[in-house]
Amino acid sequence: MTETIQPQARKTQRSADSRLKRNWAKLRRNKAALFGGSLILIYLITALLAPVIFPSSPSAPNLSRALERPSIGNPLGMDELGRSILGRVIYGSRISLLIAIGVVFVGLLVGVPLGLVSGYYGGKVDFSIQRVTDTLLAFPGFLLALALVAVLGVGLKNTIISVGISMVPIYIRLVRGCALSVREQTYVEAARAVGTRDRTILLRHILPNVMVPITIQTSLGMGMGILSAAGLGFLGLGVQPPTPEWGAMLGSGRAYLFHAPHVATFPGIAIFLAVLGFNLAGDGLRDVLDPRFRL
Amino acid sequence: MKQESLLSIKNLRTRFHIYEGMVTAVDGVNLDVHRGETLGVVGESGCGKSVTALSILRLLASPPAEIQGEILFGGSNLLELNLDEIRRIRGNAISMIFQEPMTSLNPVLTIGEQISEAIRLHQGVARQEAWSKAVEMLQMVQIPSPKMRAHEYPHQLSGGMRQRAMIAMALSCRPRLLLADEPTTALDVTIQAQIVDLMERLKEEFRTSIVLITHNLGLIAEMAKRVLVMYMGKVVEEASVEDLFQEPLHPYTQGLLESIPWIGKKLKTGRKQLQEIPGIVPSLLEMPEGCRFHPRCSRVMNICSKEEPPLVQKDGRRVLCWLWA
Amino acid sequence: MLQYVLKRLLSAIPVLFGISLLLFFMLRMLPGDPAQVLAGQMASSEDIKLIRHQLGLDQPIFVQYGIFLSRLAKFDLGRSARTQSPVIKEVWARLPNTMLLAVAAITLACLFGIPAGIISATRPYTWIDYLFTSMALFGISMPVFWLGLMLVVIFSVVLHWLPAGGTGSWKHIILPSFTLAAFVVAFITRMTRASMMEALSQDYTTTARSKGLKERVVIVKHALKNALIPIITVVGLQFGLLLGGAVLTETVFAWPGVGRLIVDSILARDYPVIQGTILIFGLLYILVNLVVDMIYAFIDPRIRYD
Repeated sequence: MTETIQPQARKTQRSADSRLKRNWAKLRRNKAALFGGSLILIYLITALLAPVIFPSSPSAPNLSRALERPSIGNPLGMDELGRSILGRVIYGSRISLLIAIGVVFVGLLVGVPLGLVSGYYGGKVDFSIQRVTDTLLAFPGFLLALALVAVLGVGLKNTIISVGISMVPIYIRLVRGCALSVREQTYVEAARAVGTRDRTILLRHILPNVMVPITIQTSLGMGMGILSAAGLGFLGLGVQPPTPEWGAMLGSGRAYLFHAPHVATFPGIAIFLAVLGFNLAGDGLRDVLDPRFRL
Repeated sequence: MKQESLLSIKNLRTRFHIYEGMVTAVDGVNLDVHRGETLGVVGESGCGKSVTALSILRLLASPPAEIQGEILFGGSNLLELNLDEIRRIRGNAISMIFQEPMTSLNPVLTIGEQISEAIRLHQGVARQEAWSKAVEMLQMVQIPSPKMRAHEYPHQLSGGMRQRAMIAMALSCRPRLLLADEPTTALDVTIQAQIVDLMERLKEEFRTSIVLITHNLGLIAEMAKRVLVMYMGKVVEEASVEDLFQEPLHPYTQGLLESIPWIGKKLKTGRKQLQEIPGIVPSLLEMPEGCRFHPRCSRVMNICSKEEPPLVQKDGRRVLCWLWA
Repeated sequence: MLQYVLKRLLSAIPVLFGISLLLFFMLRMLPGDPAQVLAGQMASSEDIKLIRHQLGLDQPIFVQYGIFLSRLAKFDLGRSARTQSPVIKEVWARLPNTMLLAVAAITLACLFGIPAGIISATRPYTWIDYLFTSMALFGISMPVFWLGLMLVVIFSVVLHWLPAGGTGSWKHIILPSFTLAAFVVAFITRMTRASMMEALSQDYTTTARSKGLKERVVIVKHALKNALIPIITVVGLQFGLLLGGAVLTETVFAWPGVGRLIVDSILARDYPVIQGTILIFGLLYILVNLVVDMIYAFIDPRIRYD
């Protein structure tokens, strides 16, 4: 004798419904990622509101106050030309942000399409693109950027292009790998079987899957880009004075290391915090979106 | 005459702390293994049978896992021993073989080394002697050219040979109890038969008791003397093999047996479709109230959804069901 | 195994060609006249004409490339526009210094990084794990040249324990190698941790434990041996990256290596030297990667016995 019995389920805590909500909740739990996110936020705000936070010009020299030590009224001190280091660090955030975005933009612009094409079509196209990528990867990233700077010259624009190009092979490899594995999926095979055009498959199936590693790489890449650009600046081969780029500030501050170490110290801290923010956020994203690569 | 138990598990409860809460994988399991017998443990994936075996040897990482109860073996409670003492038992008095021989064998160590290290450890013999014993074991599991094979790596062996090697590894120190977790599931059917024969033979020769964990009822019918049926962490039925197959008491067991296709079934029963147990196993996070099987039970009653059924003893069998209370 | 080795060697060849092509065209991408560029700032118009002829710049481009390659084969990388001495001599004089620094740095990095990674992996999510992973994170977020400068400030300026730059005694190598190692140790720690955690979660680790082996044996003999494979790959990769980071470190510490040579040459627009040094760096990197691939094949029996 049976009746319709409604199963009564004992419910334990249920995770949020939509995937986005769940991912966001996971991200919020990761304190390190939150810290990184707040660093990035501070960085962004500083960059955008620089003229508001620091109204005077950061590049106007005032030799009478050269190499002044940090004090209460002047928290970070003055550099070798009497300019406020605080001001230059603040304005420098704009330059670095510009570089970070520009570099990643170049990398994505060139790297993603090439990677997609290489991974999806395979064959001769893949072969030739891969050989070029191998060649570019035969140089450690910074050296490649250095070589390009040697050819293109110095300055902000060339810095972005050089460092950006050194990122391209990384994106190509990443996207290609992802495209290759997606291509093997049954649903792609099915789409092709019903006659979907390649372009549609690329845009609708492959690209969304590739977004995950791209997003992670972009966050990390912005950090790497800032470091590379700062390196070039330090060597005098990047952004040129008087533009306040953190690496260049370090470079010029180096000469005064022995009696005025503050000139070199603070821009470096700024670089460190910015890159740390991107790395933490990138790691956090990776943990949430693709735990297989959890470090 | 009541046989003395080799292994006696009382009220085993294994739980895991995960983010979403506490998951009870094994909930109050009692079982006994007697000397020289093969005890089958049957159930679908996720019913807790593997976790039970892992709990015996305490192979579950203890922060997420929490084990309670008693596991009596050789005069002590395994759950109360410290890690050093448990290690003396592992591979020695109690051994385990696993489902996937490819991933369960270390790819960067030779077969011979993987077998002889246990021998060296538990029998205290030197490297040379342990190696020749390992080769002997390989011979006993009927791997051809054992001397040569001992120097090879897992990826150089076929699936069947790898499983034989695992058996050799597990039996190398003549354990009193072998825990076999799905030993044939990853193998071809013809190889399965060979492995079953091998295990039977070695069991006789080494006088080892076996706990055979599987979802394959055919394997149980061939090898086991007594059977336990598990569902969602509980033992729902326990009987001898003959009794279980001839007269299953618990609706779940009945469902399992009915879903086995056999030649001539369509003709005899007139059914055109395969029989199945409706529904799927619920998540351990959302356990049904009352009897855990009641949402899928074809003979469910009112009380089943409200209260957990009692354990009923009947003619030397046990069943966890209101139908027999 | 032999097949694998040959395959790797063969795939290096197109890359070598690629590099030479890249560098060949680098020069020609510059604005202005390559001959003038090669001759340097101080050359007269006769010198330039001579150089143009010498370099075969009046010949079709394929011939030029051919000449370029044949010169390469003879290890002739041209002459420095600044010093007029053969590029290869300049590089050769400085290469040992850079290698010394790189080897010291990678050794330090492995000495700290691998054990740290193992400890982190075996005690995940404990304070010591957080400590090591944070240190690793800081390491890769810090600009290497800033770290170098800070170390100089602390150990040279304030404490007067170590020299700020140059070579001479064993003391001179400490700061530069630590600086260079800091960046790399971070990668190695992270990679070791990830690789070990992966190995420890594998079925064969459970099997090893089920045999009653001591935990230390399980970690070292069973897990680490497997984990080492990707770790070595990363170490090799890092060695290559070190060559790039060496540029910055050598500048900070006035270390007379190839890195500084590149920088000085770029600032002085000494293109033959730039071309030559970058070529050599590229070659070294490919070589290191090949060696790593060989080691990799050697320790992974799945590749060795195929």
